[in-house]
Amino acid sequence: MKISHSYIKWNKQLRWVGGFVFLGILLFILFCMNVCIGTVSISIKDIGAILLRQQNNEMFYNIVWKIRFPRAIAAMVLGGGLALSGYLLQTFFHNPIAGPFVLGISSGAKLVVAVVMIVLVKQAVEINSWTLIVAAFIGAMLAMGLVLLMSGRIRNMSRLVISGIMIGYICSAITEFLVAFAEEDDIVNLHSWSMGSFSGITWDNVKIITIVVGTTSILVFFMAKPMYAYQLGEGYAKNMGVNIVLFRILLVLFSSVLSACVTAFAGPISFVGIAVPQLVKVVLYSSKPILMIPASILGGAVFCLACDLLARTLLAPTELSISAVTAVFGAPVVIAVMLKRKG
Amino acid sequence: MKKIYFQTKKMTIGYQNIPIIRDIEIAIKRGEIFTLIGPNGAGKTTMIKSIVGQLKLLDGTIYLNKESMEELSGKELAKKMAVVLTDQVKTELFTCEDMVATGRYPYTGRFGILTKKDLQYVEEAMECVHVSELKDRDFREISDGQKQRVMLARAICQKPEILILDEPTSYLDIRYKLDFMSALQQMTRKENITVILSLHELDLAERISDKIMCVRGEYVERVGTPEEIFQKDYIRSLYGIEKGSFDEEQGRLELPKITGDPKVFVLAGGGKGASVYRALQRKGIPFATGILQENDVDYPVSKALAQKVISQKSFTRISEETYLKAKQQIDQCEKVYCAIQEFGELNMENYKLMEYAKELGKLVE
Repeated sequence: MKISHSYIKWNKQLRWVGGFVFLGILLFILFCMNVCIGTVSISIKDIGAILLRQQNNEMFYNIVWKIRFPRAIAAMVLGGGLALSGYLLQTFFHNPIAGPFVLGISSGAKLVVAVVMIVLVKQAVEINSWTLIVAAFIGAMLAMGLVLLMSGRIRNMSRLVISGIMIGYICSAITEFLVAFAEEDDIVNLHSWSMGSFSGITWDNVKIITIVVGTTSILVFFMAKPMYAYQLGEGYAKNMGVNIVLFRILLVLFSSVLSACVTAFAGPISFVGIAVPQLVKVVLYSSKPILMIPASILGGAVFCLACDLLARTLLAPTELSISAVTAVFGAPVVIAVMLKRKG
Repeated sequence: MKKIYFQTKKMTIGYQNIPIIRDIEIAIKRGEIFTLIGPNGAGKTTMIKSIVGQLKLLDGTIYLNKESMEELSGKELAKKMAVVLTDQVKTELFTCEDMVATGRYPYTGRFGILTKKDLQYVEEAMECVHVSELKDRDFREISDGQKQRVMLARAICQKPEILILDEPTSYLDIRYKLDFMSALQQMTRKENITVILSLHELDLAERISDKIMCVRGEYVERVGTPEEIFQKDYIRSLYGIEKGSFDEEQGRLELPKITGDPKVFVLAGGGKGASVYRALQRKGIPFATGILQENDVDYPVSKALAQKVISQKSFTRISEETYLKAKQQIDQCEKVYCAIQEFGELNMENYKLMEYAKELGKLVE
């Protein structure tokens, strides 16, 4: 009995370590692939040379350093943020099918960003990254507020999700109208953004994304302990000394910041928030937040790098919207989760 | 004298500013077991929720060791008070050991890493309620009764000064009910833990509690020792029992008696009558019984179930008058059962009645 118990323990820890190593290796490989593969293929060896300016090829340098690197990093960081945002919402609602996209939060952010962009472009004001984030955050919070209001009245999670999807549709529809009616040249980009895409991301964007997602992730990591307690339900969490009101506010705030940041730069991306935490849970075979938080970030990064690679290369030179790819891989996961749940 | 540990003053509880029970005054000493009883929907769970701070008090204060509970921080309170609630705990990939270990939450550091000592407490707690063998099982896959025991182990390893339990025995089978109760008693004796619990099982409440509070209506109905609470017909009125009855002395409950003219006469006494009475009740046959002395163990059951009871005052010989009454009753019945195994000086009349029934051909062998 004693031996088998310690064996099980050891086995578990091995699985955790193995899971992280696996995700780490996958992340490294995919990052390299994202930098190398594209309309112009560049070998790993050349990458080093290009970055060190040993090869005097300005075009290659631009492709690698000014386009592919920031894009890959953005996909990584935003993917991580998105998955974490989903994990926070799942914790909040005690439900595995919650996520920023299905609850309409991404679409709310998208709508406000679109409005701000159109208004500012009309007045010829330059748009900086922070403006976008703030706009997206306001949109995310508005949608989140709406969802929370409904969740007070709708106890049934599937109905809440359906309501969230409806909010998402309404926001998306309004955004479509706005984009269609805005004729300015500058808004051409808006279209591909509103469908979800990692293209056109600059180093400046990357800096801000990393600051926002990084800081939030660290703060979230410090909430791992109350999140663990919260899994037992509010009654027990309260008895363990968790300040429930503050805790819930922080969960909502952080998940909104994360999904707002993603939406501001890459548009609404579907299913990453739901699917990735579910997948890494299977990989680690644990639901401990202290493992799930870093694993979700890693997993989201891997997932988005892979999906962006496919989005860019599958029908090259045409680029697919990232959501199309994430949906193909993410939606089946959601279906699997629903099937696994009884009732 | 032990000091008062838990006290409420003018506590009013309820939901959304609508009071359910007003001005509750509780005073419990260290190491005492305090039980809430009362009918469904009377506010037992509401009271428990208010005591653990899940519901805001509408008025009044709760004191733990003279300190107002409101002034304790969440963490301080968590070290003093542990709970077992009726909430369904929906977890994923939690082993039972993980679940119990969450009881150590108030003692672990920022990231909740368990030390060797924590794990030792977890193990001890699991042994205490016999769930050690469930250690590696997934919490979702065990039975409701096992879950209740795991949650108790969880509360125990929280090392509280006071333990609050909401209907902790509802899913337990008889063995574990007794185990559970004796574990509670041990904790109160050894570690001087104060316990507040709500129970549906009146027999258990009567046996384990130092004090009982009866909850019904806008004010607390009664508070007192089990002897004070379990007085004749009180439980009947507290629960509004209309069908059947509860025997306060024995903690026994009986289904309603079958009405109508007695068809069967049961010769009883010495404890064998009760099972015959119940069998007749199940079959829906009205019956009379006798001759019972009023201190006979069959007597309270006969009072609850028999249409007619022919009895004799305790410690006295059966009188001629009583004997004739019984004989008359046998004349009116179709059948006679004899549930008496031993006859002696004091129940010779019953033996005569049996012989009489045999002569009439009414005795069922």
